[in-house]
Amino acid sequence: MSKEYILKTENLGIDFGGLTAVNNLNLKIEKNQIYGLIGPNGAGKTTVFNLLTKVYEPTRGKVIIDGQSTEKMDLVAVNKLGIARTFQNIRLFKELSVLDNVKVGLHNQKEYSLVSAIFRLPKFGSAEKEIESEAMELLDVLGLKEFADFKAKNLPYGKQRKLEIARALATHPKILLLDEPAAGMNPAETAELLDTVKFIRDHFQIAILLIEHDMKFVMGLCEKITVLNFGEVLAYGDPDDIKNNPEVIAAYLGSDE
Amino acid sequence: MEKMKQLFKKNNKNQALSFLLVIVMYVAIEALLKTGNLKSLYTSMLVPVCCYCIVALALNLVVGVSGELSLGHAGFMSIGAFTGVIVSGYLSNFIGSQMVCFAIAVVCGAIMAAIFGFVISIPVLKLEGDYLAIVTLAFGQIIKTLVNNIYLGYDQAGFHFSFVKNTIELQSGGKMFISGPVGATGTTITSNFTAGVIMILITLIIIYNFMNSRQGRAVMAARDDKIAAQSVGLDIVKTKTMVFVLSAALAGAAGVLYGLNFSTLVPSKFDFNTSILVLVYVVLGGLGNMFGTLISTIVLVMLPQLLRALNDYRMLIYAVLLIVIMIATNNKTIRDMITGVFNRKKAEGEGE
Ligand SMILES: Nc1ncnc2c1ncn2[C@@H]1O[C@H](COP(=O)(O)OP(=O)(O)OP(=O)(O)O)[C@@H](O)[C@H]1O
Ligand SMILES: [Mg+2]
Repeated sequence: MSKEYILKTENLGIDFGGLTAVNNLNLKIEKNQIYGLIGPNGAGKTTVFNLLTKVYEPTRGKVIIDGQSTEKMDLVAVNKLGIARTFQNIRLFKELSVLDNVKVGLHNQKEYSLVSAIFRLPKFGSAEKEIESEAMELLDVLGLKEFADFKAKNLPYGKQRKLEIARALATHPKILLLDEPAAGMNPAETAELLDTVKFIRDHFQIAILLIEHDMKFVMGLCEKITVLNFGEVLAYGDPDDIKNNPEVIAAYLGSDE
Repeated sequence: MEKMKQLFKKNNKNQALSFLLVIVMYVAIEALLKTGNLKSLYTSMLVPVCCYCIVALALNLVVGVSGELSLGHAGFMSIGAFTGVIVSGYLSNFIGSQMVCFAIAVVCGAIMAAIFGFVISIPVLKLEGDYLAIVTLAFGQIIKTLVNNIYLGYDQAGFHFSFVKNTIELQSGGKMFISGPVGATGTTITSNFTAGVIMILITLIIIYNFMNSRQGRAVMAARDDKIAAQSVGLDIVKTKTMVFVLSAALAGAAGVLYGLNFSTLVPSKFDFNTSILVLVYVVLGGLGNMFGTLISTIVLVMLPQLLRALNDYRMLIYAVLLIVIMIATNNKTIRDMITGVFNRKKAEGEGE
C-alpha cells in the first residue's frame, strides 16, 4: 500500500562541528495529519524544523515535500513548495502592523507589478482589496482581528505566537510547522489554541507538524508522535503508545522538565 | 467619520503632513517672491533645497525603509546632473520649449542613475553585511574621478569625446558640455523653483505609493527579519535591488534639477561630503520618516546661510547645533515633551 505523504525525510541528519544534533531521522507525515515532534530540551526538535525549511543545509539525508526533493532549494523555494513555519524565538516583522505582517505572507499569492503599485493602476486596487480581505480573514481565525492596527512588537507574547501562525498560513502551505505554539500561554489560552489548531487543519485541509512541551496539548491533538532524544528517534507511535512507553518516560524524567 | 479616522492613521498622517508642508512652503515662498520680500541670498537657495529634499527622501528609502547603508548617493546626483546637462544642451538644438528639454533631461538623468544603481547593486546585495556601504563609498569616489577626466563637446559633426586629456577641437558654433575638472560650463539654466517643488511632490507620491504596496511591505519585512521574510517566500535580493535602483533614479533626477540650475558645475561638487551631508539629513529626520526628512533637510540646508553673519565661526556653530539637535531628538524626555505638545493640540482639536 502506498500512502500519499505530504512530507517525508530519509535518514536526515546534521552535525555542528563535532556535535551530531540530528541523526537518522525518517519522518512520514500524511496529508491532513496533525503530527507531534517531542523530546527533552536540546533533543534537536527545532533543528529538525530548520532542516525542513532550509535554514540549515542537511549534512546527510533528504527531505521530500509533496513528492519533491528539496535538495538544492533554499528557504524561499521550499516555502513556495508548500511548507511554512513559526519560530520558537518569535520572529515577527516588529515595526510593521499586525495586518501588514499577514499581508507580507500573502506576497506571492496575490501579485501586481511595481509599476502598478507606483502609478496605482486598477490592478493594484483590486489585488490590494483581495489581500486586505484575506489577511483580515486569517486574523479572524486566530482571534487577532481587533489588533490589526497594532505594531507587531506591541502585541502580548501569546498573541505574537498566533500572529506568526496567521502569517505562515497566508503563504497557503500544504504543511504547517509550529514550534512550541503554546509556550507562555495559560491553560485557558492553551485550550483555545488546541481548538484553533484543529480548526486550521479542518478548514484549510493541511497537515500540521508541531513541537510542544505541554503534554496535554500534544496528546489531545496529535495523531502520530515522534520522540527525539539526543538527536535520535527514541519512539514513534500514536499518543497512547507514547504515553506508556517506559523509555520515553525515563528520557523525560532524566531531563529537567 | 470612520473613514476620516482611517485616513489619519499614523502612516497617512505622516503622508498628509509631508504634502501639506511642501504646498504651504511653496505658496508662502511664491508670495514672498512676488512681493519682492525674499533676499536674493535665499532665492538662490530655493532649487538646491528642493534638490537635497529629493535626494534625502531617496536615501531614506534605502537607509530607513530597506535598512541598507549607502555612502555614495552624491555619485547618483553627479550622474544625473551631467547626463542632464548633456541631454538638455543637445536637445536645445532641436526643441524650442525649455520645459520639454528639462523634463526629458530629468527622465534621462534618472534612467542613467538607475542603470548605474542596478549594476553596482547586483554583486553587492547578494552578500551579507555592510558591503553596500563600502561599495557605494568607492562608487562615489570613482564617479567623481571619472567625470573629472571626461571631455565632451558637440558641433555640426556630432559628439566629440576624449578622456583624461582634452584633444577636442570643435568647429565654430560647437559647444563643450563637460571639460574635465572644470565641469559643465555655459549651461542654459532651465531649472526653477516650481519645477523643484513639482519634483518633490512626485517623489513623495512615488515613495509613499511604494511603501504602501506589496513590494514596500516586503522590503520592510526583510529589514525587520531576514530569515522570517525568506520563510514566507520573499526574494530578498530582488526586493532590495528594486529599492536601491528606485532610490538611485530619484537621486539622479534630483541631480538634473541641480545641474540645470547653474551655468557652471564642477564634478567635485558631488563628493563624499555631499553623500554624508544627505545621510545626516536622513538620520536626523528619522529613519523611514519622510516628513521628518523634509524638515531636517530644509533646516540643515538653510542653516549655514542663516549663520553667514557669523563668518569664521559659521561651521563651528553649525556643528554644535547639529550635535544639540541630535541629542535633543534622541533624548526621551525632550521627545516626550515635543510629542506631548502635539498630543495636547490634537486633544483640543478633537474637542471641537
Ligand atoms: N547553529 C547551531 N550551531 C551549533 N549547535 C547548534 C546550533 N543549533 C542547534 N545546536 C545544538 O543542537 C542541539 C539541538 O538544539 P535544538 O534547538 O534543536 O533543541 P530543541 O529540541 O529545539 O530544544 P528546546 O526544547 O530547548 O527548544 C543543541 O545541543 C544545540 O545546542
Ligand atoms: Mg526548540
